[in-house]
Amino acid sequence: MYVIKKKKQWSEKVFTCWIDAPWVARSASPGQFLVTINSCKGERIPMTIVDVDGDSIELLFQVVGKSTLELSRMNEGDSLYAVVGPLGNPSVLQKFDGPAVFVAGGIGVGPIYPIAKKAKEMGNKVISIMGSRSETLLVMTDQMREISDELLISTDDGSCGRKGFVTDLLREVLERDEKPSHIWAIGPAIMMKFVALTAKPFNVPLTVSLNPIMVDATGMCGVCRVYVNGENKLACVDGPEFDGYAVDYDGFMGRLTQYQEKEAVALKHYMELEG
Amino acid sequence: MADMLPIKERLKIKRHEMPTLDPEKRGKIFEEVPTGYTVEDAISEAQRCLQCKVATCMDGCPAQVRIPHFIEAIVAEDFEKALEELKVTNALPAVCGRVCPQETQCENTCVLEKQKRPVAIGRLERFVADWNRNNVGHKLPVCAPEGEIKGKVAIVGAGPAGIACAADLSKACYDVTVFEALHKVGGVLRYGIPDFRLPKDILDSEIDAIKETGVKFVTNVVVGNSITVDELALEYDAVFIGNGAGGPRMLGIPGENLNGVYSASEFLVRVNLMGARNFPDFDTPVNFGRKVVVFGAGNVAMDAVRTALRLGADEATIVYRRTKNEAPARDEEIMHAEEEGVKFHFLASPVKINGKNGRVASIICQLMKLGEPDSSGRARPVPDEGKTMEIEVDTVIVAIGQQANPIVAKSATGVRTDKRGYFVASLETGQTTREGVFAGGDIVTGAATVIEAVGAGKNAAQAIDRFIRSKKLSVAEEANK
Ligand SMILES: Cc1cc2nc3c(=O)[nH]c(=O)nc-3n(C[C@H](O)[C@H](O)[C@H](O)COP(=O)(O)OP(=O)(O)OC[C@H]3O[C@@H](n4cnc5c(N)ncnc54)[C@H](O)[C@@H]3O)c2cc1C
Ligand SMILES: Cc1cc2nc3c(=O)[nH]c(=O)nc-3n(C[C@H](O)[C@H](O)[C@H](O)COP(=O)(O)OP(=O)(O)OC[C@H]3O[C@@H](n4cnc5c(N)ncnc54)[C@H](O)[C@@H]3O)c2cc1C
Ligand code: SF4
Ligand code: SF4
Ligand code: FES
Repeated sequence: MYVIKKKKQWSEKVFTCWIDAPWVARSASPGQFLVTINSCKGERIPMTIVDVDGDSIELLFQVVGKSTLELSRMNEGDSLYAVVGPLGNPSVLQKFDGPAVFVAGGIGVGPIYPIAKKAKEMGNKVISIMGSRSETLLVMTDQMREISDELLISTDDGSCGRKGFVTDLLREVLERDEKPSHIWAIGPAIMMKFVALTAKPFNVPLTVSLNPIMVDATGMCGVCRVYVNGENKLACVDGPEFDGYAVDYDGFMGRLTQYQEKEAVALKHYMELEG
Repeated sequence: MADMLPIKERLKIKRHEMPTLDPEKRGKIFEEVPTGYTVEDAISEAQRCLQCKVATCMDGCPAQVRIPHFIEAIVAEDFEKALEELKVTNALPAVCGRVCPQETQCENTCVLEKQKRPVAIGRLERFVADWNRNNVGHKLPVCAPEGEIKGKVAIVGAGPAGIACAADLSKACYDVTVFEALHKVGGVLRYGIPDFRLPKDILDSEIDAIKETGVKFVTNVVVGNSITVDELALEYDAVFIGNGAGGPRMLGIPGENLNGVYSASEFLVRVNLMGARNFPDFDTPVNFGRKVVVFGAGNVAMDAVRTALRLGADEATIVYRRTKNEAPARDEEIMHAEEEGVKFHFLASPVKINGKNGRVASIICQLMKLGEPDSSGRARPVPDEGKTMEIEVDTVIVAIGQQANPIVAKSATGVRTDKRGYFVASLETGQTTREGVFAGGDIVTGAATVIEAVGAGKNAAQAIDRFIRSKKLSVAEEANK
């Protein structure tokens, strides 16, 4: 079980892999995530379910520390110690009157893809906005183009699409005559915070998907708690999607730094062992 | 072989204390603290039992352990028979002998309790389980090989309730599958109770014995998400839900989302389930500070505070809003914590956590005094107006109780929960408001004890057996018409 069926490298740090996980595949919906554990000594790592095909699920991940580096070094045919899910609540989608806008920052495109795809299948006009630092970091553009009525791209350095941030493109879309009915935004916390600030004056509902530090990811440990509308919520069972205007982004970002020192130690330890 | 002594002689024997590791040494290691009886101690302690005709001790045990029988076998030095007697009703004797609050259960109802010297039933139970594990191995009664499989049962959650239910149903010739959300089985026994109270290899050996009877454990399946209770109810003849009360309860005070504030569950899960004390050999880290404060005074709080000490805290303090008398933890745990150097701050209730650069820096507590008894019969703490204190800390652990986790309930149509999310189920049978679906353990009673969960699992196993047999009978009668 949990065999890596296919693996693809997009860029130095970004990978896709398909993993056999029948218990997850049988009931996964857009918006949900899962937990992987690389080895019997591994951490529980939350990852969004990008797509499902038979018994396999697709992940898109970026190497940021020990566990994602280790995962990126595993090959087709290797097995993970565990894959658990689906977790969290499915996205609540409907047929909207106006367009639905999907804003993805960096590898936030992985999580946003299945939601946008479903929205399209339900007959919505889908406007997608993707952004990254540079062209080489843009991934899944073909898949996104396929399911979008319109795909807008920005890069910080201007190497692809508009030079600037996704929020610039979003503002232009919001200023159009055809008023969007709903916005989804997934990406780095700071991006989601600025999407909320940008969109707020336009009064369009905003949903964000939060990726706090998690352990069990089933509502047991409380590490994923975040203030939403001043109330503590557990991202793993009450989310991961929340009203983008109600999230305490600063508190959320603060909690993401909890283990920075230890994460550096883990990576150094791994590099010393494995090179 | 020892003979049963005359009653007068038996009454003369003093209760045998449990030897423990030296508090100085053990405070920094995760080795089990009580070291266990020797064979001589055990036989002598067993001699103290009066073999009462009406064994009142059994009334105090939710699993109805055949106490005089197993103790009699110890006196006869037939330790294998003693284990058989234990396992007639309890598949987890090595666990229960260690973690049961015997002082409020079996030992509390032992006739000798009146003289404040009950038979050390738990310690004897532990001895029997350990002796067998070390000398001959554990075996559980199994369904006779020629026995026909009577039906299929799905169990949700591999904690003590689910495990006990599975073991009994397997013995009664059912095909049992236990679905567990985590990557390891055992529930709180695995992720909550630390090694220095319950070494995990001991838990493993009791669970292995259950696996050998044919029970299938499927880990990494989150019932409610990976599969619903409704689906299980279609596929199996009956479902037992024992998913525990695994939700964290926080204080709801300012500052509790600062870095350095843990729920006890997070702290203990990192250390016990994820191996954080062996970081970076294990990937999961835990931050622990020099000055740790734990809110609460139950078993969970004691486990957290003693774990913090072992991880290297210079100072670990319990802050509790009542006094030691009202503390819900087992007496033994409080005593061990005191011996190891844990500080206690009674009659203080946290009102605010102050931070610096996003991390915990200090806590502010309202000082309390005891007032009238509340509904639980314990004196109610009331604020001592105008008196507060501030303690500088770098780690806060909140251990003020658990709450129901909603994942399972939301996928179980027709299974009613109460206001707080606990399943409504009969305490005698586990029957929920939906036919064929049973529930027991913490998810019905709220946070309770291991042996109460075991008892609930056993009761449900009996009810499930009756339910499936009568269902099959009526189906057969229909067919014969
Ligand atoms: C619901 C959810 C869905 C997610 N989906 C994806 C996904 O589809 N693809 C993907 O690549 N990642 C996803 N993540 C993030 C992923 O879990 C983390 O990147 C991973 O845990 C890092 O592990 P590591 O050991 O490699 O790095 P660590 O050593 O643990 O961390 C290295 C760096 O990453 C930061 N970091 C740690 N945890 C997180 C986190 N949860 N989110 C963001 N940054 C973090 C740290 O602050 C540090 O700077 C998701 C997280 C959640 C909660
Ligand atoms: C730290 C701590 C110390 C304690 N110390 C003592 C003690 O000394 N003595 C004592 O008697 N009691 C003690 N208790 C209480 C005791 O452990 C519990 O009362 C007992 O474990 C309850 O058993 P249970 O089977 O109902 O639930 P749990 O032990 O909680 O087991 C439930 C299981 O179900 C699984 N599960 C949850 N949701 C799902 C799902 N959706 N799908 C599949 N599986 C799921 C969980 O992962 C878990 O494995 C302690 C509790 C804690 C937390
Ligand atoms: S009540 Fe006490 S003395 Fe009597 S049988 Fe039980 S353990 Fe023995
Ligand atoms: S299982 Fe617990 S309560 Fe029952 S006899 Fe053993 S120690 Fe006592
Ligand atoms: S990750 Fe543990 S409660 Fe959400």
